[in-house]
Amino acid sequence: MSSTIALIIIGVAVLFIIGIKLLASPKTARLGNLVAAAGMLVALLTLHQPTGEYVWSQGWTMNYTLIAIGTLIGLVIGAIGAYSVKMTAMPQMVALFNGLGGGAAALVASLEFIKPDRTITTFIAVTMLFATLIGSLSFSGSIIAYLKLEGKFEKPMTFPGQNILNGLILLVILGLGGYLTINSSASQATTAFIVMFLLALFFGIAMVMPIGGADMPVVISLLNSFTGLAVAADGFAINNLAMVVAGTLVGSSGTLLTLLMCKAMNRPVTNVLFGAFGSGGGGGKAGASDLGGKTVKPIQADEAALLLGYAQQVVIVPGYGMAVAQAQHQVRELADELGKRGVEVRFAIHPVAGRMPGHMNVLLAEANVPYDQLCEMEAINPTMDRVDVCLVIGANDVVNPAAREDKSSPIYGMPIIDADRAKTVIVMKRSMAAGFAGIENLLFYKDNTRMLFGDAKASLQTLIAQLKAS
Amino acid sequence: MDTNVLFIFILSVFIGFEVISKVPSMLHTPLMSGTNAIHGIILFGGILVLAGATNPMARTLGFVAVIFGSANVFGGFMVTDRMLQMFKKKKK
Repeated sequence: MSSTIALIIIGVAVLFIIGIKLLASPKTARLGNLVAAAGMLVALLTLHQPTGEYVWSQGWTMNYTLIAIGTLIGLVIGAIGAYSVKMTAMPQMVALFNGLGGGAAALVASLEFIKPDRTITTFIAVTMLFATLIGSLSFSGSIIAYLKLEGKFEKPMTFPGQNILNGLILLVILGLGGYLTINSSASQATTAFIVMFLLALFFGIAMVMPIGGADMPVVISLLNSFTGLAVAADGFAINNLAMVVAGTLVGSSGTLLTLLMCKAMNRPVTNVLFGAFGSGGGGGKAGASDLGGKTVKPIQADEAALLLGYAQQVVIVPGYGMAVAQAQHQVRELADELGKRGVEVRFAIHPVAGRMPGHMNVLLAEANVPYDQLCEMEAINPTMDRVDVCLVIGANDVVNPAAREDKSSPIYGMPIIDADRAKTVIVMKRSMAAGFAGIENLLFYKDNTRMLFGDAKASLQTLIAQLKAS
Repeated sequence: MDTNVLFIFILSVFIGFEVISKVPSMLHTPLMSGTNAIHGIILFGGILVLAGATNPMARTLGFVAVIFGSANVFGGFMVTDRMLQMFKKKKK
């Protein structure tokens, strides 16, 4: 590798690192994304073969025509996906793009591995097999995650002995991998390789199928870091340093992000992956019977408007229900209307509200809610006692006091927003259906809680009209 | 094996941990999306493999890899930008 290429790659790596760093603050996040994109562009324009030839100065063959066409098709698919997706469906889109990246990583490694007449060291064989395995399971797993978030087979799919079966599949995959590492040029190697590839695809499906829709953010984050590692392994295999650096950065930051998300839910990552959360719900059912005939107290919109209009401090807790009802603009309008009347309005954002960490922030940002009105859970909880009205819009599990009070509850120990400590809680909800975790919400039965039933968007419009009229 | 590459790999692991350790949870979605775009660098892997393809199967699979990688990298950066352009401070 010439020193010029080395210097360019160092520059690209610095751009990626600065880009991710800038993504860490709301003020600079957009710039950070652009800096990373600039790094990508520089790397693309200066792309060299491992042997040192500049890729774009080689003779224009049919392969190059295919590269141009393929890149263009991908660009069009990416652009259509990126600009047509609704903000509520953002997690699905990320899952899909991640799956495509994983698929590409698996294909690149496969092609290198089954290339005829090549000699490779054991180490390189291992990196190729690793990239194939991780890339293909990330591909199929991401597609299942996408389908689950789209509402197809949202419920966890479990059967007895599932973890054992998955473990066995993994053992077979690893066995084949071990065989291929030693006999990478044997005549049966291609067959064994294809079997391993297919099993890895299947394993991705089998791994994500038993996980409930509520845990998809964690799964997508994990698969995102998997794809990063597969790309890094590809970088080793085809000797491209920029790929090693970029893939590794994504792999390690993605792993940390996954752990942070699990921490926010107070569940170890193993529990997310193998716990089949929300399938049994045995603890939750037991908790529900403890309610001892307590009933919920409904409230009408005009009364709710009065409570809100004469409050000093209002905290709004948005959840996935708000996203489904597409009510973020009405929420902002309500907050503005209350603001005009001198009510102090803040938004309490639970780290895992919605289907992805920060999902609510994105939605509220779309509706032009300034981000300094958005408070994180740790900041808002100590002030909850002084709050007059806490308005819960389509959030459920993240405000369930069972996480504090009911030791038998599956969500016991998860940090929650202490909505129940406000003087009055108004819960906007379509029906009494349980939340994503499939358990009863004790909050609905508290003495200071009022339920405002109906579609969130319609209810908010009524509230706004009432406030404007009074 | 080139130990320099391994050295770079190890350092990258630590840098990856370091740069996101202080990210507020409100930015987790854009961050996930942004890093997702960065691993779209796999497009280069696709390009390099397709450039050296010598048989129809390698061409077909390489072509698919380029499409996938390209959608990952372009779509990833665009969708992240679309999310982030909406983060605005209150106009005073």
